[in-house]
Amino acid sequence: MKKRWFALAMSVVMAASLLAGCGSSDPGDASKDPGNEVAGKVYYLNFKPEQDAQWQELAKIYTEETGIPVTVTTAASGTYEQTLMADMAKSNPPTLFQVNGPVGLANWKDYCYDLADSDVYGQLISDNYALKDGDAVLGIAYVIESYGIITNKTLLAKAGYSMEDIQSFEDLKKVAEDITARKDELGFAAFTSAGMDGSSDWRFKTHLANLPIYFEYQDEGIGSTEAIKGTYLDNYKAIWDLYINNATCDPSELAGKTGSDAEAEFINGEAVFFQNGSWEYGALTADGALSDNDLAMIPIYIGAGDEANQGLCTGTENYWCVNNAASEEDIQATLDFLNWCVTSEVGTKAMCGGEDAMPSGDAGMNFVIPFQGALESTNLFVKQDQEMLAAGKAPVSWNFPTMPSEEWKNGVGSALTAYAAGTGDWAAVVTAFVDGWASEYAALNG
Amino acid sequence: MEKAIRRYWPIFLAPTAAAFVIGFLYPFMHGLYLSFCKFITIDRASWNGLKNYIYALQDASFRHAFWFTAAFTVVSTVLINLAAFAIALALTRAIRGTNLFRTVYFMPNLIGGIVLGYIWQILLNCVLSLLSKPLLSLDATYGFWGLIILMCWQQIGYMMIIYIAGLQSIPSDYLEAARIDGASSWQILWRIKIPNVMPSITICLFLTLTNSFKLFDQNLALTGGDPNHASEMLALNIYDTFYNRSGAQWKGYGQAKAVIFCLLVIAISSIQLRATRSKEVQQ
Repeated sequence: MKKRWFALAMSVVMAASLLAGCGSSDPGDASKDPGNEVAGKVYYLNFKPEQDAQWQELAKIYTEETGIPVTVTTAASGTYEQTLMADMAKSNPPTLFQVNGPVGLANWKDYCYDLADSDVYGQLISDNYALKDGDAVLGIAYVIESYGIITNKTLLAKAGYSMEDIQSFEDLKKVAEDITARKDELGFAAFTSAGMDGSSDWRFKTHLANLPIYFEYQDEGIGSTEAIKGTYLDNYKAIWDLYINNATCDPSELAGKTGSDAEAEFINGEAVFFQNGSWEYGALTADGALSDNDLAMIPIYIGAGDEANQGLCTGTENYWCVNNAASEEDIQATLDFLNWCVTSEVGTKAMCGGEDAMPSGDAGMNFVIPFQGALESTNLFVKQDQEMLAAGKAPVSWNFPTMPSEEWKNGVGSALTAYAAGTGDWAAVVTAFVDGWASEYAALNG
Repeated sequence: MEKAIRRYWPIFLAPTAAAFVIGFLYPFMHGLYLSFCKFITIDRASWNGLKNYIYALQDASFRHAFWFTAAFTVVSTVLINLAAFAIALALTRAIRGTNLFRTVYFMPNLIGGIVLGYIWQILLNCVLSLLSKPLLSLDATYGFWGLIILMCWQQIGYMMIIYIAGLQSIPSDYLEAARIDGASSWQILWRIKIPNVMPSITICLFLTLTNSFKLFDQNLALTGGDPNHASEMLALNIYDTFYNRSGAQWKGYGQAKAVIFCLLVIAISSIQLRATRSKEVQQ
């Protein structure tokens, strides 16, 4: 009996020592190397898979210049929250991560370092791009993006219209319905498929839904709300009807259409209009598929507000946050890295530049960055946004980061899909939008 | 020899025990603890008492997911086992090409759930749109039967192999004696084959029951719970609670649901094991 207990104890000790081994190992920690004088390290958990290569290159260059190790890991598309949750609990958590706005911050605000005294905060061109909690600056936007209705000008001309013909929702409707009426003769449709597959539904349940929210916020003079009224839901219905009834496919098929379906349709010239954002520029112009002469982005008119002065939907859902649980040296190293990214020649060129902007000759990130050292972007849609701004058009702000939860978006998306297919009615969309908002907000703070 | 084993058994046991502790016991206990907490990352959890369990048990979507899962489990368990057993009977006869058929039927099991889910989504959506019916993600009934078809297609081959092994292990003198005594093939099936393959039935029922109850990948890929959580099974409901909500309280809710889920799986499978074991016969 005694021997048995001894054996059991032995195995417990063995198991425990194995576990302890898991806890204390710290691989790849160059800062602990005694011969290395630099302190601190940077670990960036990147949100945008499309910019992974550029961040990896920037990290390498920064390490070569300063000796500070920078690790960049990119979460697979759509899995950022999961990856962040898992990584933050590890012994070597990210020192730099990102949240999508006020609602995303609700999860992470206890983990964010106050950036109020940092150099990188001093580089911001406007406080609008800081994510604040009281006086504390918890997040800093690093990219401004625009979305609208991307238009194939060449096809539009073939249908007998020019960009000047579309200045309001009524114009858009007239043009789209005319193209649909002549679809067989022209050989293309007005809109790409408004796919409601998970790879594409965010364009409508999030980005398009931003417009009725924006106009309501404007009316009420607010920036977020616990209960949305849905004043502009009729306009939302009008634009959704326009999208689904003038598309490349039958509305009942939308439930299965993906984001790449719509992209391919647009590139192949099967449709004139494609609701998407400035981030799509690279994909549309890759391999000379479409050129700047073919492309333009117009505001999403829904027949609300002052349409003559409506600009593109411009804003951000990408905020950098620094992990407050990291060691002081790591926090300092991270802040230095960020400052370098937005002030140095290499950093700003990589973030703003297009073709050949990276030192290796690869394309840059094509961002518009809200920092003083920003360079001009080569992204056509971004340039258009700036032109519209200069012409006095008011950009539509991004209010979807105030949507109460992913659950709310899914509810609206599901109702939109059912409405498009004819298995549900519009009342269900209204319920999901208005009642869903209130109940999800209650749950958020519950 | 026996003396050596008695003395050194810890050396043989320790690696497995360690793996069990690290890979199962510790995470399980930690998960149990977290189900009583409010947390974002597991290293900063604060005690939340029984609130998580109260929420989980009151959540209508969780209850709906339970009944959907239960219905799915019953239907798929019955269908898979009936079909697998029938095919096994057919393929244990002396006909040409049985090995080829066995291989072919087994193959779907080699493809992962997510891939299968997406392939079947495309397939079924094509069929539904040709019939001008609403697509999978629009109608929970189609979603349900879509899942059943997928699971049958994937699991029948695997269960068939187990049944074939069971049928082949029946001593041939039993069958021969029965035939000489004038038993019909129906009588042979019910009186000799089925009682003798009871161990296989136990295993197959256990596997299909737990697989169906715990189904996640196929559900995520095929319907994603659409429309509006109507085709959501328990595992997907837990995943949604955990990741699709903002605010620290949701992680605890999801964790509590996961513990309840785990208890359900243990309870159902142990009842099933007891029920079928009692029918097994000694050869």
